[in-house]
Amino acid sequence: MAWYDLLGFGPKGWGLQLLIAAGMTLAVATCGAIIGLMIGTLAAWAKLSRSLVARLCADAYTTILRGVPDLLVIYLFYFGGSLVLTYVSSHVLGTSGFVSVPAFAIGALALGVCNGGYQAEVLRGAYLALSKGEIEAARAVGMSPLLMFRRIIGPQVLRYAIPGLGNCWQLCLKESALVTVTGLVELLRQSNVAGRSTREPFLFFSAAAILYLVITIVSGQIFERAEKRAMRGMRRA
Amino acid sequence: MPDIAVETRNLSKRFGSNEVLKGISLAAHEGDVISIIGASGSGKSTFLRCINFLETPDSGDVIVAGEKVEMRQRGGRVEPADRQQIDRIRSSLGMVFQNFNLWSHMTILENIIEAPIHVQKRPRAEAIEEAEAFLAKVGIAEKRDHYPAHLSGGQQQRAAIARALAMRPAVMLFDEPTSALDPELVGEVLRVIRALAEEGRTMLLVTHEMKFAREVSSRAIFLHQGRIECEGAPRDIFTRPPNERFAQFIANSAMH
Amino acid sequence: MDIAFLWSTLLAILPGVPTTLKLTAISVFIGLFLALALAAMRLSGHPLLVLPARAYVFVFRGTPLLVQIYLIYYGLAQFSVVRESLLWPFLREAYWCAILALTLNTGAYASEIVRGGLQSVPFGQIEAARAAGMSRLVMFRRIVAPLAIRQALPGYSNELILMIKSTSLASIITIFEISGLAYKVASETYRYIEVFFVAGLIYLSLNFAITRAIQALEHWLSPHLRPAPATPLLNELKAV
Repeated sequence: MAWYDLLGFGPKGWGLQLLIAAGMTLAVATCGAIIGLMIGTLAAWAKLSRSLVARLCADAYTTILRGVPDLLVIYLFYFGGSLVLTYVSSHVLGTSGFVSVPAFAIGALALGVCNGGYQAEVLRGAYLALSKGEIEAARAVGMSPLLMFRRIIGPQVLRYAIPGLGNCWQLCLKESALVTVTGLVELLRQSNVAGRSTREPFLFFSAAAILYLVITIVSGQIFERAEKRAMRGMRRA
Repeated sequence: MPDIAVETRNLSKRFGSNEVLKGISLAAHEGDVISIIGASGSGKSTFLRCINFLETPDSGDVIVAGEKVEMRQRGGRVEPADRQQIDRIRSSLGMVFQNFNLWSHMTILENIIEAPIHVQKRPRAEAIEEAEAFLAKVGIAEKRDHYPAHLSGGQQQRAAIARALAMRPAVMLFDEPTSALDPELVGEVLRVIRALAEEGRTMLLVTHEMKFAREVSSRAIFLHQGRIECEGAPRDIFTRPPNERFAQFIANSAMH
Repeated sequence: MDIAFLWSTLLAILPGVPTTLKLTAISVFIGLFLALALAAMRLSGHPLLVLPARAYVFVFRGTPLLVQIYLIYYGLAQFSVVRESLLWPFLREAYWCAILALTLNTGAYASEIVRGGLQSVPFGQIEAARAAGMSRLVMFRRIVAPLAIRQALPGYSNELILMIKSTSLASIITIFEISGLAYKVASETYRYIEVFFVAGLIYLSLNFAITRAIQALEHWLSPHLRPAPATPLLNELKAV
């Protein structure tokens, strides 16, 4: 069978499955990035806080995540999570046997924990780039800390952070391939399955690579546009 | 005599071992235009910043429109007892900074309506209408939808003045408003400030522009090493300096 | 906490350390030459060199490393040309496939670091070298390279750590480096949390050591960025 039949949408083609799997990759990576943003914001806030304990916790988090392979984190969450779930179900619910965690949720969570460390550094850097004078002006008009965060600090931090967050997203997207070890049928697993059953692994892994590239290009462009939009007023007209 | 708009009593501030303010007492009545002059490091900017608590004074009182700001000791530091009181008082004092400090992610109009809408909770339509009037007044009505980075320094400072005015402040505080400007842009900002003085607004003005201070202010105070060295009506103290140090200061600044 | 178990786990995983280090060292070493070549191509200004280099970097940075590993390990073997070639003794081995993938991957990332370092050399200093009559080669060796290396070192240290972490993917194609051994021990004992904790600790210590080593190198390479030594007074005293 010709390669275009294998990748096509006909009865013997794997096109639709691959597209669905690409959608799954996109979904798990997006959820991971959003969880990462939440963790990252919290960690950045802790790093900038006056509390020594908070700073130490956040520094420990980013240092550990920078030094430990993401694969290990995914294993830990997947198997460790299953272990905990099994324990809970046998002791609380009285069932027996191994309970495995939902692959999607645990994959997204692990990606988020890995990505949050990078996002924390990006957000922290963006906060430090803020103009002190502009914050002072906000204080001078009587803004409360919360209002100041919502109207001045938040929007500006996001603006400075967009390029860095874009990099974090690309990282998260590529790392989502590791979630394949949990059995989630994302792009890499689906192309692996297709490659084995057709004995054309090179073709299907190439197809997967191209789909990753497409997602990279398109999302890169979205971030570029967002950056341009957010940077309105920063360049000379 | 009109009411007192803002008053400080025995205000002191130190940074580490450096005593910047050594007990400054000053009362600005409604309609007063008070110039605060002195060499760099004399404490004049710090004094202005203590009035709206961008710096926290170590001791002494600040009284705005008859309301005394309550302070308390906490962990060896003095801090305002009531943050909300500070926010309220700040929104009744219009501050103009040396470096303009316009919010760079907002257009000029958005800068001006920000505090009226979000701090003072006034209706948006009203805030916009008023903002446009202030922009026209400072002469940059056509820049309303530009971003700060697209304006010259003089235009940015005029926009910052409009932003301060938009809060309907009881007192305007100017912290060296022309010091960061190229010489050819100073005039346009001074013209705006002069117009405000002539309207009878209460203003405190920290400045290096001696000639301007002499022309527009109703009173001038000269700070030296954290103390008021002399004060009085400009036409008196500039023509007959009451002490040697002030005489020397105006002689020096006339040369520049 | 079961100290005895953690200890036996540590002993079971430690033999993976040399494998992890070898995978890293070989691929980083070869990858550096690849990176230099790619950076030279990018900076050559010739479209026939620039475009392929850009495409290469884009593809290898834009796709997951695991996909690259699968492509090489599972993908290449499907072609009889490959199976009959001289390279087959290498390409049939998971170990060399992992090294090939890691090399190609780090080459792409490191070329960007090298390029950034070279481009960071201030033009004024190049002009000064020219004015002093240096030939291109002397200028590169004496002025450009030292400045560029100094500039690129922090980024490269980062890349080294990422590479140590990346070698863990080799475990997926059956190589028993640190992660592979950890996975094996964990699935035999079902004590996933403790085992992966120990493995994580090993990676952390490796990366800590590398970071420190590079910091020392950085310090040694950049006397011009250190605070001025406080010795002149001493010299003056000697002079007296």
